Amino acid sequence: MSACPEVAAPEPVFAEPWHAQVFALTVHLNEAGRFSWSDWVERFSATLKRHGLSRELDGGEDYFRAWLETLEVFLAEDGAASRAEAEVMRSRWEEAYLSTPHGAPVHLRG
Amino acid sequence: MIVCIMKRDWTGPHAAAQHGRMPHDHHDHPHALLPPDPALRVKALETILTQKGLIDPAALEEIIDTYQNKIGPQNGARVVARAWSDPEFRAALLADADPVLADLGYYGRQGEHMVVVENTPQQHNMVVCTLCSCYPWPLLGIPPGWYKSDAYRARAVREPRKVLAEFGVTLPPEAAVRVWDSTAEVRYLVLPMRPEGTGGMSEEELAALVTRDSMIGTGLAKVPS
Repeated sequence: MSACPEVAAPEPVFAEPWHAQVFALTVHLNEAGRFSWSDWVERFSATLKRHGLSRELDGGEDYFRAWLETLEVFLAEDGAASRAEAEVMRSRWEEAYLSTPHGAPVHLRG
Repeated sequence: MIVCIMKRDWTGPHAAAQHGRMPHDHHDHPHALLPPDPALRVKALETILTQKGLIDPAALEEIIDTYQNKIGPQNGARVVARAWSDPEFRAALLADADPVLADLGYYGRQGEHMVVVENTPQQHNMVVCTLCSCYPWPLLGIPPGWYKSDAYRARAVREPRKVLAEFGVTLPPEAAVRVWDSTAEVRYLVLPMRPEGTGGMSEEELAALVTRDSMIGTGLAKVPS
């Protein structure tokens, strides 16, 4: 008999894979010493507050969009990934998806 | 230590991107389906930071696996069941939770402190993070969507009894409600009251009565059927 209780999990921990990825990226950067967690919380709560002024946030997709925006700005400011670098790399990934046959693994070119 | 794996609809962090599990999936699509814009932006950051040697992709996988599969409310439930069963453990947990939890292998990876607050007939405790979504990750995992919503974050402080009623919790009028606001440094776990009729139950049986919401304070422990 398993010692584990049956735990019903009606909602996934992360609704989308990218939610998990941006979360892990942030936790990893903090644990690697890139920034303190209180600095992160301060910036993230400021983004949430700003986004929440125009509409009520439901804590789902909008929450992780605010999270990503905070991380992008943070990394651009500290020089780890500038706006321009991020934009170029995003385009390269988009191009890679659009030029890879359906079903094949997607890799960056060049 | 037994690690309980929660059943999730999850096939790995890159599954959607590589297999095109997107809303408009068609098998006759000529090219790989394009992930949504934020997913591409996250991939971009990941690639840049990996190329600069600032992150280790294996560490990202480990973090996702941990929070996806290994950490969840079952950890907190085990702590609560032990506190119900062992008065010395309970006293130590309430006095200074960090060393007690560290002995069980639960510690804040972001350096945060954990504080356990006990429900009594006179006081019901409820946890919120008005700043963002600070939460006792090692004990409860990733917070549910409602915990992160503007509505809960604003109303838990302003009208806690009304919020509790919406969660189906009605307290006797003599019970005060205390709301604890989490921060980057301090995370709270509610120790719910042990339900009636649970004398003689094992810690394992008790843990099954401890719901996630009862440890946030928006619910009560289940009464055994």
